[in-house]
Amino acid sequence: MEREPAAAEEPGPPGRRRRRRRRTRTVRSNLLPPPGAEDPAAGAAKGERRRRVCAQHLADNRLKTTKYTLLSFLPKNLFEQFHRLANVYFVFIALLNFVPAVNAFQPGLALAPVLFILAVTAFKDLWEDYSRHRSDHEINHLGCLVFSREENKYVNRFWKEIRVGDFVRLRCNEIIPADILLLSSSDPDGLCHIETANLDGETNLKRRQVVRGFSGLVSEFNPLTFTSVIECEKPNNDLTRFRGCIIHDNGKKAGLYKENLLLRGCTIRNTDAVVGIVIYAGHETKALLNNSGPRYKRSQLERQMNCDVLWCVLLLICMSLFSAVGHGLWVRQYQDKRSLFDVPESDGSALSPVTAAVYSFLTMIIVLQVLIPISLYVSIEIVKVCQVYFINQDMELYDEETDSQLQCRALNITEDLGQIQYIFSDKTGTLTENKMVFRRCTVSGIEYSHDANAQRLARYQEADSEEEEVVPRGGLVSQRGSIGSHQSIRMMHRTQSTKSHRRTGSRAEAKRASMLSRHTAFSSPMEKDITPDPKLLEKVSECDRCLAVARHQEHPLAHLSPELSDVFDFFIALTICNTVVVTSPDQPRQKVRVRFELKSPVKTIEDFLRRFTPSRLTSGCSSIGNLATNKSNHKSGSNFLSNLSSNSTLLRLEDKLGQSAPAIASNGYSSQAGNWAPEPTREQEPELKKEELELRYEAESPDEAALVYAAKAYNCALVDRLHDQVSVELPHLGRLTFELLHTLGFDSIRKRMSVVIRHPITDEINVYTKGADSVVMDLLLPCSSDDARGRHQKKIRSKTQNFLNMYAVEGLRTLCIAKRVLSEEEYACWLQSHLEAESSLDNREELLFQSAIRLETNLHLLGATGIEDRLQEGVPETIAKLRQAGLQIWVLTGDKQETAINIARACKLLDHEEEVITLNAESQEACAALLDQCLHYVQSRGLHSTPEKTEGKMSVGFSPLCPTPASTASNPSPSLVIDGRSLAYALEKNLEDKFLFLAKQCQSVLCCRSTPLQKSMVVKLVRSKLKAMTLAIGDGANDVSMIQVADVGVGILGQEGMQAVMASDFAVPRFRYLERLLIVHGHWCYSRLANMVLYFFYKNTMFVGLLFWFQFYCGFSASAMIDQWYLIFFNLLFSSLPQLVTGVLDKDVPAHVLLTKPQLYRSGQNMEEYRPQTFWLNMVDAAFQSLVCFFIPYLAYYNSDVDLFTWGTLITAIALFTFLLHLGIETRTWTWLNWITCGFSIILFFTVALIYNASCAACYPPSNPYWTVQTLLRDPVFYLTCLIAPVTALLPRLFFKALQGSLFPTPLQLGRQSARKCPKRLNIPKETFAQGRLEGDLRTDHSVGRTISPSASLSRDRVSQDCTSQAAWHTQQAACSPEASEEPSMVDNSVPLRDDTVLEGLSAQSPGSSTWGAAVPEGCPEESKVKSTSAGRVAPLSSLFNLPNFSSINWISSLSLVSGLGNGQAGRGVPVQAPSGRAGLKGTDHGLLLVAPSRGRS
Amino acid sequence: MAMNYNSKDEVDGGPPCAPGGTAKTPRPDNTAFKQQRLPAWQPILTAGTVLPTFFIIGLIFIPIGIGIFVTSNNIREIEGNVFMYYALSNFYQNHRRYVKSRDDSQLNGDSSALLNPSKECEPYRRNEDKPIAPCGAIANSMFNDTLELFLMGNDSYPTPITLKKKSIAWWTDKNVKFRNPPGEESLEERFKGTTKPVNWLNPVYMLDSDPDNNGFINEDFIVWMRTAALPNFRKLYRLIERKSDLHPTLPAGRYYLNITYNYPVHSFDGRKRMILSTISWMGGKNPFLGIAYIAIGSISFFLGVVLLVINHKYRNSSNTADITI
Repeated sequence: MEREPAAAEEPGPPGRRRRRRRRTRTVRSNLLPPPGAEDPAAGAAKGERRRRVCAQHLADNRLKTTKYTLLSFLPKNLFEQFHRLANVYFVFIALLNFVPAVNAFQPGLALAPVLFILAVTAFKDLWEDYSRHRSDHEINHLGCLVFSREENKYVNRFWKEIRVGDFVRLRCNEIIPADILLLSSSDPDGLCHIETANLDGETNLKRRQVVRGFSGLVSEFNPLTFTSVIECEKPNNDLTRFRGCIIHDNGKKAGLYKENLLLRGCTIRNTDAVVGIVIYAGHETKALLNNSGPRYKRSQLERQMNCDVLWCVLLLICMSLFSAVGHGLWVRQYQDKRSLFDVPESDGSALSPVTAAVYSFLTMIIVLQVLIPISLYVSIEIVKVCQVYFINQDMELYDEETDSQLQCRALNITEDLGQIQYIFSDKTGTLTENKMVFRRCTVSGIEYSHDANAQRLARYQEADSEEEEVVPRGGLVSQRGSIGSHQSIRMMHRTQSTKSHRRTGSRAEAKRASMLSRHTAFSSPMEKDITPDPKLLEKVSECDRCLAVARHQEHPLAHLSPELSDVFDFFIALTICNTVVVTSPDQPRQKVRVRFELKSPVKTIEDFLRRFTPSRLTSGCSSIGNLATNKSNHKSGSNFLSNLSSNSTLLRLEDKLGQSAPAIASNGYSSQAGNWAPEPTREQEPELKKEELELRYEAESPDEAALVYAAKAYNCALVDRLHDQVSVELPHLGRLTFELLHTLGFDSIRKRMSVVIRHPITDEINVYTKGADSVVMDLLLPCSSDDARGRHQKKIRSKTQNFLNMYAVEGLRTLCIAKRVLSEEEYACWLQSHLEAESSLDNREELLFQSAIRLETNLHLLGATGIEDRLQEGVPETIAKLRQAGLQIWVLTGDKQETAINIARACKLLDHEEEVITLNAESQEACAALLDQCLHYVQSRGLHSTPEKTEGKMSVGFSPLCPTPASTASNPSPSLVIDGRSLAYALEKNLEDKFLFLAKQCQSVLCCRSTPLQKSMVVKLVRSKLKAMTLAIGDGANDVSMIQVADVGVGILGQEGMQAVMASDFAVPRFRYLERLLIVHGHWCYSRLANMVLYFFYKNTMFVGLLFWFQFYCGFSASAMIDQWYLIFFNLLFSSLPQLVTGVLDKDVPAHVLLTKPQLYRSGQNMEEYRPQTFWLNMVDAAFQSLVCFFIPYLAYYNSDVDLFTWGTLITAIALFTFLLHLGIETRTWTWLNWITCGFSIILFFTVALIYNASCAACYPPSNPYWTVQTLLRDPVFYLTCLIAPVTALLPRLFFKALQGSLFPTPLQLGRQSARKCPKRLNIPKETFAQGRLEGDLRTDHSVGRTISPSASLSRDRVSQDCTSQAAWHTQQAACSPEASEEPSMVDNSVPLRDDTVLEGLSAQSPGSSTWGAAVPEGCPEESKVKSTSAGRVAPLSSLFNLPNFSSINWISSLSLVSGLGNGQAGRGVPVQAPSGRAGLKGTDHGLLLVAPSRGRS
Repeated sequence: MAMNYNSKDEVDGGPPCAPGGTAKTPRPDNTAFKQQRLPAWQPILTAGTVLPTFFIIGLIFIPIGIGIFVTSNNIREIEGNVFMYYALSNFYQNHRRYVKSRDDSQLNGDSSALLNPSKECEPYRRNEDKPIAPCGAIANSMFNDTLELFLMGNDSYPTPITLKKKSIAWWTDKNVKFRNPPGEESLEERFKGTTKPVNWLNPVYMLDSDPDNNGFINEDFIVWMRTAALPNFRKLYRLIERKSDLHPTLPAGRYYLNITYNYPVHSFDGRKRMILSTISWMGGKNPFLGIAYIAIGSISFFLGVVLLVINHKYRNSSNTADITI
């Protein structure tokens, strides 16, 4: 293959040095002659060579992730292995053996185990490196098209041959081989879409743009004419940043941004072909710079183990010293006598006692080296790998929906999972699904509660549980008023279809669905099918109709009432104020192309529109426009447009209904049906359409998609988005195409995004802004209260604010939609500055930010939306379990306080019985004061609760198994809610201790509005100050720092990309899998490993003990009675397998018991299995056992003619039997593998011994064990000793184990016993969970009939804490508002939980936190009373701490402060004191219900 | 799609992470092994479950102990073959450097090792520039007293008792492990060029007159070379074979032991003893095992009773504990 002229970066050798120090890189085309070559003809060869030299220091595109080469493998690998201290130690010992004076074994033999261990590790490394090499090779040899000057066309090259400066042509669906600057695209707009799933896991399409100045090229881009020079940053790993500029020949500069760069690893989508120049190649690409190696963490258990290894070293040194001193004395005793057995030095002189002692010391270290278990590290690694394997293989951790399963990314901290004390969780996407569902909205001060939508969502939830029957539901729904009938039918339809899908859906089908949903994120039916609120739908279609009629008049919008105009703008804003890309489902990645249609007649408008367009706009914009055209299109049979029409879903349903229930269909759509009555042609191909017609929206964030789908439900459908225009389809107006002048993207500082468009109807320039309410509300146009209009606006705003607060209380995510109309002058003025900002090279971001802020002022509020982020399945149960397991759960979220509190309540993180301490401080001092007060309060509570605690302790052993609710219900510890600002104060050095102390007392902690940095600071604080094991779980990039800081980081394979997963140690598909991961696998891993480590220590100590006792009988001469082969291979071969099997497979408590009794998890938290005292007890037992195993053979062969090594072999055999028996006592589950390995160990030992002892008569000095075992086996005493010694050695252990098991059983033992006694009862999943059962009962109650007594239903309302009832309850509050109370009957029927709805003033939204009793008062008067009293109490506090004046926050913090600080009993006192009869009844009823479980258990 | 995967690997992270840890793994198999549901015996150690073990141990050990004890005590009667031992106390044959100080190749008849013994034999490797055969400290310190036993009959003149010198060493030692240097010549010729160990009176080829018991395959030498495990040991010296079933091997009477004293034990405060013993099926006389079995059996039985009591007392409470779960 001929070589392309090499890349030229730095022009000439003289300039190179200087340039390399610069922080930019210069890239030129490789096709050009080098700038240094004076004349091409003469300098061709020279230039060529030099260019190649130049290219040397630029990475080419070859990928090399391997660590070693063939030559470097051995030295490099050994060098790395010797970083491990243990290896150095063992090699040192082995080398010590080469010193003749001190050697204990044959030198070569002593090296064997070390070499074995090193070889195993080296082999593993080699294999890993080889597989890396193979994948590198594969990737390096992928093909791609590179422009060749010689052939003047694109030729196929391998990836590895690509160099910086090459021109690469990529086709659709190809993977980008390097970081490429986009110069040309087949897309007429110069756009290119890429999918970055490989990079960050985000499946949505990202848009990239051709470099400015190249997009205008009409003809195809010719690389040969590219003479510009690109200056850009040095390679760095920031994926979100790229800066540079391109300098054209004529000296013009153009900026380069990340939108121009195609990153390696991404995939080209939706674009036929692109051409670009390579900027970074190979290891300098951003993707590879981001690729950090695997993480290495050391588990707590391992740290503890290392500490004990040090103890062992100390013990070893002590033993050796003791031995050395003993030997010195012994030698001195015989020194003068020249006794026969005292071998002199080789020169015949006697050894001095000191020299002898030193020699003895060193030899003892060699002989007793077994005490430091060489195989421990290898064994632990093996066990961990197996544990990881089993965790990966667990079916219960497999998520069918997403076809994903738990991934262990860190191999060496599995046991940490069993010791977690604190869980730090993100909220969005972790606890919630991050599937945003449009719930309700308010437009121009009117709230649309979307009850039907709420019902639909509730139904999805029930469909999830797959318990309910469809028929009664349908009946129930059809009882509803005529207004909602069509919706209910539609809904029923959907429910049924989803149900049938779920029921009949085979695995394959589910998989297919999941595949589809993976291709397009955020597109589950739940998110897409939004049931519109009928009133609003009416208004929207009215707008539509009016505008359709009036569109050609002077001021079309003037014909609408302000409210209707707001409604219209609201939906337009929902539809276009985003970055959603439209695709069609059958080709998920093909952008819907309707350009040909845009080149349709209405040219004049286009030209008109183009007047102000700064950017290029080659082709069309406005659509056909009127209904007539639309219809004619339909009739002409080109159903293209209709395919794209927004109401395709409705049409489909219409079709279906037309077959099933035509009457209802016609009835239901009477208002609209006429306008888009189905054509006859469509009737015949409904099935076909269903597959094809639906549009897919790909959004960068799920909120956006939710809003677009919501707008679509109101027949306002986004059908096409190009970079300069957005098309919206409306039923009457048809396709409206908005010229998109600017998109000011979302950022977390502004917390909003805006689009600047030219309105096709009014021809005005509009700014639509969508953003967080806190920000947008401040940016509104100040309205005077003088004129009526201003007053009206003010009213609308305050109403909207109220609704927003209500949404927040409901746990909805709120967004405000606002609009601004710009005059041409204003726009021109702004545009100028904006263009300047855009083209500035230095602080472009800053300037753009400023520019955006300038634009987004004086807004006109349109409305607000409430989006629900549903809780993930099983989250409340999981949290309850985890709390039962003694885990403290902290939620760290960036959300608003109210939203966070409500989600926390929904997922049972906050109990209604619990008091909530809220920390909202505006200043450092206030924070300190608040902390002090809270601490004081908590401590005073603590005093009250102490007697109970001691009582609990007295009931020995059994108490931990009592369900915690029983103990906590009487006096629950409070929960702490803190906002980001206060958190910042609390994390200051002087306050952090107080804060931690307070947080430690609290059952759960909720940090709202916290930044990623704060999240990680909190984790760090808890980790370092409380010395606790922490786990952080999150799904997004904002959780990465927290995940990295925590002991165990868990990432959720969620919808927000892979960054969290990349940083994590474990990746779970859903939050609920955490339960099994921690409670079952974590516990198992911990208990297995702890037991194995203990066993290792025991085994080695016991073995070494045998040798040590022998020293007393051999003059401390470091002699060993055990043959060196046995000594060296005993650990490695004979006794290793059974313990490995036990370490991998042993289950101390079966999984179902662990799950039903999460309290058992505490054993791991308290490190019960492996404590210092357990370790030492273990060592003492080992010493005792070695004594027994030494002295029984000693006495049995006392004064006999037994020879040294026969006796040693006997002791070895005894030791082996003892080890196995000991392991037998420790093993809790005996599978056939355990039996086989135990048998195998024994057989292996004797086989090896027999073969070894028969192999060579004169070998293996000094022991020369010829025929030893054979002789031994003929000796009956051997068998008798082998029987009695292990039994005697283990008798005490067995006895004490039995005693302990009977008298002081640990919770774990009780768990095992109960599992054994009634395995079946415990096997029933979920039902054993007390609260779950209660709820289940009530639910059946409910389904039996609608004759529930008010109190019962209310109590259910209180007791059941799942999110539906929560939501329902909040809707109750909403119903209080005059606007929403229009359809009480419907509300009553549709939400069965609220049949005795309690009307409540909005002003008095009770939190139900500590004062749950007061939260459901009877009617408004009492409520206000409650409120006034609380307000009265709170007044001084709020003034003292300068609490925000914002009503709801004030209220939450004040109420909880009152109940928290003022009067500890107030919270619980209120329900009993409730005055009116009914309330009193309910209150007591409620109280009883609460007490019941605790009584039943105590 | 293969391309996709590669690229994914490339980007996701160089080294393959966990075995099966990547997203490629399909749904896990539902096998008992992989789901950790292997059928298992799950013993629970409580008084109730463990006490049978203790009783069984007791019931087995006590009879064994009694059996051993009786057997061991019966050894006293001098019937059958009588073994004659010499015993040394406080002699550390298990001393590390002592144990090493030998050359098994030389003892195996290897000619090169004969003339050039292993370094392990230092300082008893060479003497006066001649290699020592057998080299090393063990050989050098060989026990060289001679013991002769006479029966003092009524007629007061001693009758020498035939002491058999052969088959006191292991058969394999005598026939496989220990070999004289090869050759057809006389033993003296074969050991030519070597010298005797320093402490020996005679060279190795003059240990015995019987050519089959001379040189390295002298059984006294072989027995000595098998180093004892403990500092107090005995070594088989001679066999007194039973002549007929009618008479005891050593009839009651006065015996006379003639010791040719060559071996000094003062240097290590040692003592020499001569032991005459028969052996049973389980070896020489040693009451320890029998007593140990009886003791351990009894203890086990006792512990079993303790557990029985505990089990009886606490069973109810542990049951109630379960109910509270």
